[in-house]
Amino acid sequence: MIQLQSVTKSFKNIKAVDNLSLDIKEGETVVLLGTSGCGKTTTLRMVNRLTEASSGNIKVNGLDIKSHQPEELRRGIGYVLQHHGLFPHYTVAENIATVPTLLKWEKTKIKVRIGELLEKLKLPAAIADKFPAQLSGGQQQRIGLARALAADPPVLLMDEPFGALDTVTRSEVRKEFSSLDELKRKTILMVTHDVREAIELGDRICVMDKGKIVQSGSSKKLLFNPVNDFVSSFFQEDKLRFELETTSIKDVWKFLSDTTDSAEGVEIPIHENLWRTIELMAAAHPQPKITYISKYGPETKVIDLPSLMSAFSQSKNSFIDG
Amino acid sequence: MDEQQQTLWMFMSEQSGKLLEQTLSHIGLTFISLFLSVFIGLPTGIFISRNKKWSGAVLGFAGILQTIPSIALLGFMIPLLGIGPKPAIVALLLYALLPIIRNTYTGINEVDRAVTDAAKGMGMTSMQILFKVELPLAMPVILAGIRTATVINVGVATLAAYIAAGGLGEFIFGGIALNNTNMILAGAIPAALLAIIFDFILARIQNFNVRKTKFVLLAFPLILILLSSFYLLPSAIGSKMLAGFTPEFMGRSDGYLGLKNKYGLNIRTVVISDAVMYKAAYEKQLDVISGYSTDGRLKAFDLVVLDDDKVIFPPYYAAPVVNQDLLQKYPEVETTLNMLSGTINDSIMTDLNYKVDYLKQSPERVAKDFLIKNNLYKEARSGNKGVVRIGSKIFGEQYILLQMYSMLLKGFTDLSVEAKTGLGGTKICFDALTNNQIDLYPEYSGTGLLVILQTPASIVNQIIGDKDKVFTYVRNEFLKKYKIVWLKPIGFNNAYALMMRREQAAALKIETISQLKRFIDHN
Repeated sequence: MIQLQSVTKSFKNIKAVDNLSLDIKEGETVVLLGTSGCGKTTTLRMVNRLTEASSGNIKVNGLDIKSHQPEELRRGIGYVLQHHGLFPHYTVAENIATVPTLLKWEKTKIKVRIGELLEKLKLPAAIADKFPAQLSGGQQQRIGLARALAADPPVLLMDEPFGALDTVTRSEVRKEFSSLDELKRKTILMVTHDVREAIELGDRICVMDKGKIVQSGSSKKLLFNPVNDFVSSFFQEDKLRFELETTSIKDVWKFLSDTTDSAEGVEIPIHENLWRTIELMAAAHPQPKITYISKYGPETKVIDLPSLMSAFSQSKNSFIDG
Repeated sequence: MDEQQQTLWMFMSEQSGKLLEQTLSHIGLTFISLFLSVFIGLPTGIFISRNKKWSGAVLGFAGILQTIPSIALLGFMIPLLGIGPKPAIVALLLYALLPIIRNTYTGINEVDRAVTDAAKGMGMTSMQILFKVELPLAMPVILAGIRTATVINVGVATLAAYIAAGGLGEFIFGGIALNNTNMILAGAIPAALLAIIFDFILARIQNFNVRKTKFVLLAFPLILILLSSFYLLPSAIGSKMLAGFTPEFMGRSDGYLGLKNKYGLNIRTVVISDAVMYKAAYEKQLDVISGYSTDGRLKAFDLVVLDDDKVIFPPYYAAPVVNQDLLQKYPEVETTLNMLSGTINDSIMTDLNYKVDYLKQSPERVAKDFLIKNNLYKEARSGNKGVVRIGSKIFGEQYILLQMYSMLLKGFTDLSVEAKTGLGGTKICFDALTNNQIDLYPEYSGTGLLVILQTPASIVNQIIGDKDKVFTYVRNEFLKKYKIVWLKPIGFNNAYALMMRREQAAALKIETISQLKRFIDHN
C-alpha cells in the first residue's frame, strides 16, 4: 500500500533520511520508532509530500506520489499531528469537515459523517458546535483523528499522535484508538519515540537511527532478538513487562505443566498476554482458593504463577534459540 | 468658563455648515487614504510573509516613510502632484502603510506552525491556506494595524488644510492664525472625537469573533468606500474660478468674510498654506489667491494685485512692537530700532522678499546688504550690557526684519541679541511677547487692530480708510491694555491683497475686486 524505495532526503549536506526502503502492506500498522533527529518524521512527511524526497521513489496505492498534485494526494491521505493542529477558528464540526469540504462533498453527507465519527470516538454530539479551545487535550486529539478519518482515506499518517498528552490521558486515548474498528482497516504509518505506544499499536516496528532503519519486525522479534545494543536499549526500561505483555498464554502453552482432566475454575482466554494474566491473579490474591484455567483446542490447563513463569522462561530461551 | 463654552457652542452652530463640510471632507480624506493603504499594504504584507528575504527591505522602507515629518511629506508631494486632495491622499496613504504592512506580516507569521502545517497536510492549496486559515487567524492583528493607521490618519489629515485639501485643519490653523480659540477648538474637538470614535468602532470590530472574518472582509471595504465618498460631496458645487485662501484669510472680516459681505463675491474656495499658494496660482491650479502686497513671490510668479476699490483690507504698516519694560531698561533700543523707519517702501520690501523667497538668499545676507547700502551697518560691539530677545513669525519678511534689528542693536548698542525665529503665527508671537518670552517682534498695524485687539466693526469701519488713524488707535490700545509699545512704522504696507496671474487678469480685463465679482456673476 505504501512503498518507499531507496528514499533519501538531504538538508544541505546532512542526510536526514538515508537510502531508506520500506513496504507497508494493506491494513498494516507500521511504527517508526526512534530518538529525535533520527529522520522518522521526515520519512513520514515525505509520504504526503510535506517534505519532498531528494531521491528515490514513493508509491501510495501503487501510484507514484509525484503523479498527483500534492494537494490532491494529501486529500487522499489522513494526517494526524502531534499538536493536533486543529483550526482554532473552526468549530469541531467544521474541523472534521475540512477534507470532505475540500473534496466538495454534499452538506448532508458531511453532516452524517461527522455524527458517525463523533459516535465512534465516544464524543457527545453537542461537542460539534464547540471550538477546539473549549475541549480537553484528549478530546482535541480525538477530533484530530476524526478530521483525518473524515473522508475515509485508506492510508493514515500519524506524527506522534499522543505526544502532547499527559500519561494518563495518553494511555486512555491510545486504548480507544487501538479498539477503533475504522482504524483496523487502514494502512497506517505512525511515528513515535514512545516504546509502549509502538508495542501497543504497531503490527511492525521499524527502529530508526541516523536516517536508516536499524531493525524492522514485530515487537516480539525486537524484544527477544534485537540486532544490536541500540535496539535493545529502547526496551531496557520495563523490559520484563514488555516481554510479558508481548507473550500470550498460547505462546507458552507447550511449556505449561500437564493437563488435568477435570479442571474447573475461572477461565482466562488463550490469547491473553502474560502480564494481564498475572495482574488478574495478583488482584484476586487474598482469596487463594481460586483456580484459573485456560483452554487451547481440546486441552485445558490450570494456570498458576510458578508454572506460568517457568513456562515463560523456557519459551523465551526457545524463542531466542530459534 | 461658562461663557467660553457657550461662545464655542455659538461659534460651532453659527459655522455648522462649514463644520459639517470640513468634518465630512476630513472623514473622506482619512478613509480614501486608508482604503488605498489597505489595498496596497495588505497584499504587500502577505507578500513579505511569503518571501521573507524582502521583509527587511519593505518594512525598513515603510518605516523611513513614517519618520518623515508630515508637513515635509506634504511638501514633497507638491512638486509631484500639485495641490489639493491628490498629494494629501498620497501622503496620508504613505503614513498609514507601515502599521498595515507590519501588522499583516506579524499577524500571518504568528499563526501557529502546527495549524498551517495541518492545513497543508489536509490538502489545502496555498491560496486556501491564506484565505481560510492565515488571514482569519491574523485578522485581529491586522485590524489592530488598521486601527493604528486610522488614528494616525485622522491626526495627520488636519495638515491637509495646508495644501488645499480641506478637512478640520482649516479651522485649527485658521484659529491659530487668527488668535481665535473657539475656532481652534471647533476644529480640534471634532478631530479628536473622530479619532476616538473610529478607534472605538475598530476596537469593536477587532473583538468580533474571528469567525465573522468573511463579514469583515466584505463589509470593511464597503464601509471604507462609503466613508471615502464623503470627501466628494462638498466640492460638487461652485463656480468656474477657483480661489485659494490661507486659513487665516478665510476667517477674517477683512478677508474672505469681507469679500462676501462688502463685494458679494461668491467664488469657489479652497484653503491652502501661503507657502504653496503663489506657486499654485502660477501653475494655474488656482485663479485667485489671497497674498500679501509685499510678497516677493508676487514678482517671481508674475502676479498682479487687484485693486481693493471698496476698501476692505486695512493698512498693514509694519513696526516693531516692544515690551515697555525693556524700553525703560535700555532706552537706546527705541532710537536704534527707529533708524530703520522710513527706509523701506512697498517695492523695496517686495524686492527684499523676492531675494529671500525666490532667489533663496539667506535673510541674514539680504539684511546685511541692505543695511550696508543705506549706511546703517556697523560691526558688532561688545554685547555685554544685556540681552534682547527678538521673535519672528515664520515667513521671509519677518526673518529679514529680525536680522536687520539684530544687526542694528549689535552695531549701535552694547546689547547682545537672542533670535527666536519661527514662532508660528500671530497668536504665538503675541503670547510669547506678553508672557515675557521675547522682548520684541515686528507686527503689522492691521493685524494688531483686527486679530489681537479684535476691535469691534463699528470702530474699524470709521478708521479703516486712514492708515494713520489705524496706527494711532492700535498704538494707544496696546499701551493701555498690554503695556506694549509700537515704535515708528518702517514704511511699507504689507496688506492683504487679492491676486491673479497677470496674463489672465489682462485677458479677462479684471483690475479691481468689483470687476472680478462681475466676471464671476456673469459666467
